[in-house]
Amino acid sequence: MHGFIFDVAHMLAGSLVLVSFMMLYQDRLYALLNIFALHALVLAASVAWQAYVQGAPHLFVTAGIALIFKAAIIPTALHRIIVRLGIHREIETVGGVGPTMLIGIGLVALSMVVMLRVTASVDPLAREDLAFALSVVLLGLLMMVTRRNAVSQVVGFMSLENGLVLAATGARGMPLVVEISVAFSVLIAFIVIGIFLFRIRERFDTVDVRALDRFRGERQ
Amino acid sequence: MTFDALTGVLLIPAAAAALLAALPGYRMTASINVIAALLTFAAAVSMFFVEPRSGQYLLIDDLNKVFIALTTLVGFTTAMFSASYIGHEIEIGRLTPRFVRFYHAMYQALMFAMNLALVANNIGLMWVAIEMATLTTVLMVGIYRTHEALEAAWKYFILGSVGIGLALFGTILVYMAAQPVVGEGLEAMVWTALIQRAGSFDPKLLDVAFIFLLLGYGTKVGLAPLHAWLPDAHAEGPTPISAVLSGLLLNVALYALLRFKMLLALDPGAIAPGPLMVTMGLISCLFAAFMLYPRRDIKRLFAYSSIEHMGIIVFAFGMGGPLANFAGLLHMTMHSLTKSAIFFAVGHIAQAKGTQKIAEMGGLTVTHPVLGWGLVLGVVAIAGLPPLGIFMSEFLVVTSTFARAPWLAVLLAVGILVGLGGLFLRLNGIAFGEPRGPAAPTRAYYAPMFAHLAIVLVAGVYLPSTLVTGFENIARLLG
Repeated sequence: MHGFIFDVAHMLAGSLVLVSFMMLYQDRLYALLNIFALHALVLAASVAWQAYVQGAPHLFVTAGIALIFKAAIIPTALHRIIVRLGIHREIETVGGVGPTMLIGIGLVALSMVVMLRVTASVDPLAREDLAFALSVVLLGLLMMVTRRNAVSQVVGFMSLENGLVLAATGARGMPLVVEISVAFSVLIAFIVIGIFLFRIRERFDTVDVRALDRFRGERQ
Repeated sequence: MTFDALTGVLLIPAAAAALLAALPGYRMTASINVIAALLTFAAAVSMFFVEPRSGQYLLIDDLNKVFIALTTLVGFTTAMFSASYIGHEIEIGRLTPRFVRFYHAMYQALMFAMNLALVANNIGLMWVAIEMATLTTVLMVGIYRTHEALEAAWKYFILGSVGIGLALFGTILVYMAAQPVVGEGLEAMVWTALIQRAGSFDPKLLDVAFIFLLLGYGTKVGLAPLHAWLPDAHAEGPTPISAVLSGLLLNVALYALLRFKMLLALDPGAIAPGPLMVTMGLISCLFAAFMLYPRRDIKRLFAYSSIEHMGIIVFAFGMGGPLANFAGLLHMTMHSLTKSAIFFAVGHIAQAKGTQKIAEMGGLTVTHPVLGWGLVLGVVAIAGLPPLGIFMSEFLVVTSTFARAPWLAVLLAVGILVGLGGLFLRLNGIAFGEPRGPAAPTRAYYAPMFAHLAIVLVAGVYLPSTLVTGFENIARLLG
């Protein structure tokens, strides 16, 4: 039975890394949002599995937040913002898809090497989870760096945060996980509302963050 | 729960934030803001006489008492400065009453979040509080709704969130390290429980955790190369917020780092956190010192100076040992007081001249003598000239390093001297020379600025023995 529990947890966490890779090469915003919804869905399944395995019912709340808030509400809201701003066409990435994927593979290898080496004393389930979680975090960072569009930077940040939730639920019996995932949801809601209310497009005519540089006080 | 000073420093700002969000009218809300800040300060001071009891969530010890007192003091004086600053902003129509209401509520919410981060006895709670403090400042940085302000807020938001995310990963790793020793559940995140058993944690896990914490909270401290948000956020937000950011919020993030450094220092197998902090501090100090020269914006100038000084402080704490820790604590206190005083002056100067560009202001000692000489005094203090307080603390940092690592001391001294040159070069253009820009007298409130500078001056000449013994105790605690 233990083998089965481990395999399912392993598969779900591994799928999360895989979906992170899928986000890296999406060059359309709609597709990116759909993949992000999938990311959140996999996270919800993974957290729910951990809740069941650890017998920790409060983790189901975190899974519920991931399912309702991140897999449904946020992608829908961002979808509407994209329509309103009329930027659904395409998003540029810095550098090509190939090099980005290669860097991504390198980051995953790095996190495996680092985490598996230092967590020898931790129980195997949490250990694998932690290694995958760090991969997701680093891939999220990579995505934020390679995108110039404010919306896709936010998606990158949210995938980074999914990695953190995965790590937090993997750590057996960690307190405050629910509170932290709520705090993160508030943060993300702020960002999304921020994009909308600040109406970056209205102010800057584009959501391309590069264009924002122009307005910096010292570069005139 | 009984009402004591500990609940006071949390409840007063929280209640004031709720009240200020509901009340209209600028004059009344500004005074409520000042009164609430004063009450919080009084509660913080009372902790030195009657120590409140610590629990599972909240903690008071010698280390955070000093931080809380400093935070609430500068919070109080900044509230006074803010009342006169915001009054002017309303007059010229840069802020509408609705935004002022929001601003005051956020100011108290920030005070609450910073105090919560300082008294938290739980590393998860501390993380949540620092995230909250970040959020409130982001909202205030963007309050002018200009291109530049929105860009600064966005950049701060994204970089701050990434930093916060990395810090959370570090926090989770600390829990993972503590869990086998302390046991599952809440106990393994309680600071006092962690510090007792830290010696038997898995050292490798703690190593990786500290790297993440250093990068995460280091972003909030403004260490190079993670500082990119800091100059923008200082330059584009309202000046009282620049004062609070530089004087307080950077310290709160530093406090979080120091707590984890203490944890690592107790584990014999873990890497020494000192060299990492020394390296980052030195890089920040040197980088920021050179970056002072090309500045064209007065608030950016002092924002880079904050990076430089945070570098020196982190350097001192990284060196460790009673003397360097003492110097770091003293420098942190002096920097908070001096830098907020400078921002008080800069806020009024920018209002009097109607610009933040250094090229468009000049001869300030002629056009606005009190502000001009106040700024000169502030810059003399921050540059580290005797007999002011920062001279003494910088002198202590450099000399205590000289005995142990002469080369590092030389590098640090170079950074300090280069910074001094940059500051005086720019000050010369602002305060002296041919008067430029509007010369109309301005309504300014000088008391907070000169109060801070007076403390710094007195501290440079004479430190009360109770303060010295208090700081020495903390320095020993920090290891």
